[in-house]
Order: sequence, then C-alpha cells, then structure tokens
Amino acid sequence: MTTSGSDVETAPRPSPSLRTEALEQLLTERGLVDPSVMDKFIANYETNVGPLNGAKVVAKAWTDPEYRKRLLDEGTSAIKELGFAGPQGEHIVVVENTPTLHNVTVCTLCSCYPWPVLGLPPSWYKDPAYRARVVREPRAVLAEMGLDLADDVEIVVRDSSSEVRWLVLPERPAGTEDLTEEELVPLITRDALVGVAKVQAPA
Amino acid sequence: MDGIADLGGEDGWGPVSRPAPDEPVFAESWEGRAFALTLLTMGRVSGRNLDAFRHALERLDRPAYLDDGYYGRWLNAAELMLTDSAILAPGAVDARARRLRGEDVSEPETPEPAKPDYSPTAAGSLRTVEEAPAFAVGDVVRAKDVSPAGHTKLPRYVRGHSGVVEIIQPAHLLPDTHAHFLGENPQHVYSVRFDSHELWGADAETFGLTIELFESYLEPAP
Repeated sequence: MTTSGSDVETAPRPSPSLRTEALEQLLTERGLVDPSVMDKFIANYETNVGPLNGAKVVAKAWTDPEYRKRLLDEGTSAIKELGFAGPQGEHIVVVENTPTLHNVTVCTLCSCYPWPVLGLPPSWYKDPAYRARVVREPRAVLAEMGLDLADDVEIVVRDSSSEVRWLVLPERPAGTEDLTEEELVPLITRDALVGVAKVQAPA
Repeated sequence: MDGIADLGGEDGWGPVSRPAPDEPVFAESWEGRAFALTLLTMGRVSGRNLDAFRHALERLDRPAYLDDGYYGRWLNAAELMLTDSAILAPGAVDARARRLRGEDVSEPETPEPAKPDYSPTAAGSLRTVEEAPAFAVGDVVRAKDVSPAGHTKLPRYVRGHSGVVEIIQPAHLLPDTHAHFLGENPQHVYSVRFDSHELWGADAETFGLTIELFESYLEPAP
C-alpha cells in the first residue's frame, strides 16, 4: 500500500518544461513578472537579433575599406554605426581571418557570445564538448565540424572570459569580386563569424 | 571555484556536434520562457546581477547543470537566485510543477524576501580605473595558481601558466567580488596569449590561445 507521500518520493522529477511553467506561474501570480514582457524578449531574439546582423557588418567591411579599418580598430563603435548594440555587446573585438591565420571563438566557463551581432548561441557552441575541447585540440575539433585547415595555417583560439566579446571577420571568398554588399550578406554564415567554418562562394 | 562550469580542457565529452544550418533559436517553447524568466530574475526579481547568475550556474550539481540542457541549466540557476534572495522557498518550483501534473502535494510558504543590499554604480560591467595598468603589451605574465572558494573568471586550465599580454582591454568591475555583492572593485583586464605547449605540453597541437584575465589574477612571470 502506498501513500501520496511515498508516491511523491518515487515520482520522477518534473521536466524542465513543467518546472518552467511552474516558475512562470509563481512569479506571475505575485506580479513579479509580466508574461507580455517575456513575450517581447523571446520575439526579439527569435526575429530581430541574430547572425544576419553580423553578416551585414562583414559584408560592409568587405566592400568599404574605411569601414573595415574602423571595425578592426574599434569594433563596438563600428558595429553600432549599423545600429547593432545591446546586452552581451559592451565591448566587441573583431579579428580578421586570413589564408595563414585562423581565429576561432569559445567561452569555456559559460557560453558568452556577442548577442547584438550573432543572436543567441547555437547548440554546438553551448555543448560541453566544444567548450572543453576547442581550447585543447582546436584543429581536431574544427575538422570534426567540417573545417580542415592546412598545417601551415596558424590557429588562435579566443576564450571569452570577461565581458569582451569576439567576432571573426572571415576571408572574402574568391569568385565574389563582382558581388555587391547586399549580394554578399546571404553568403555569410553564423559559423564563419565564430570561426568554425569559412564563407563559401556561390556555386 | 572549481565547479562544473569550468570545462576548458576537460576530457570525456566525446565528439563535438556538427553545426546544423537552420537550428531554431529555441528548440522548444519552454526554452524561450526559461530564457526570459532568467533575464527578468537576474536583476529585477531577485535583486542580483549577471555575475551572481554565473555563480549560480557554477554552483549547480552535475545533473542540474547537464541533464536539462542549456536553458534547463538557466532555469535551475534562476531558481537558485530566487531561493538565495528568499523570493521563493526551496522546493516551491518542484511542488508547483507536481501540482500542475496532478500530484496532491502541498506548497511551501512564501518566505520574507531577503534581496542583497546592492545597487550597481553604472549600467553594464565596464568601469574606469584611475591607476595605470600594472602590465604593458608584450609583458610576460603568469596566471596565479590559486583556487578561490567563490566566483572567479580564472579557469583552471591557465592557472600557473605564463603568457604574453596581447591587448589591454577596457577595465571591468571584478566578477569575483561583484557576484557576492562585495563591491565592484574595477580592474584592468588583459587579453593574455598562451602558447598551446605551455598549457598542454610538448605533444599538444600547435596553436595560440588568448583569454581575458583580470589584473589581480596575474603576477609577473618569474
């Protein structure tokens, strides 16, 4: 015979989905949280703040040498020129990838990421395997992710441990010389802006 | 502290996942709700701050950190900040969740809130420091080999190792005290570049690594 007490002890822990609902209810019924404010936060990161912002920054840098210089000298203010700023973007440093130098970014202690230009981080960036391994064997990790770098390419890993955030300025691929800034934007992927991929010219 | 969050260089995590091109921002709708609840909890509701949030994350046990995924981890840290500030009683979220699925459990009484006596001197984490930086670009420095009991942004894998100052970054408030409401104590911050063989030995892959370190984490290299 069981009592409700022992049922509780053996019942599995509620799922994170159910516990999220519980927390929202507890805070909402006391007036501490407004669900409509939550809706706005969610919609902002689902629709406005994402890697398209970073792609616009890079396309401008590829087509405007003066902007490119400002971006590499003072990333935060150059990015703000395009209207991108906000949480997790207090100080953004832009580093350039070249045929002989490859930067790749990580946050080993949490999952710090330059939200204003890239949005919220993708699952692989938050995965313990990436956080643990890219600071120890970046060449092997990049190869697992589909990026094989030649042996003579120097790799620099950027571990974001303060409020400094890193953005990679990828190489402009050969064959895109005739494309406009607007035509370049859709080629530039989030993964290239973190440094785990290269930008590919259109087929 | 040497918590679960300090993952740099740890073995045993298996292969990395290959990026998916069209991954949704939130895989399930509850993840967005947990994200928004945590942002609101961090400052407004719990009276804490971003560094206290990171300290809450690093205090989670392994299942709470790992088993519920990224936003489950945020949810668990939000709950910890709320019980730390006595906005919620321990067990309140679990009890409500069980009631939501029909279990007949009682909920703990709501405690008297005890938010930290804290308000920031300015928005964000960047601050001004009057004193000149102790180290210059090109200086060889060593990360102290220490194991602080509280929050720190000095990961284990660089402790005791020497590198070269590459960039002097804007000064920041110090997370080690800020997370515990013991003052902002702004400091200079340096991007220090380490050689992979200094960190991981002669057989390691050859590469460079930079990490931002606060001035009090560093000493002149011997």
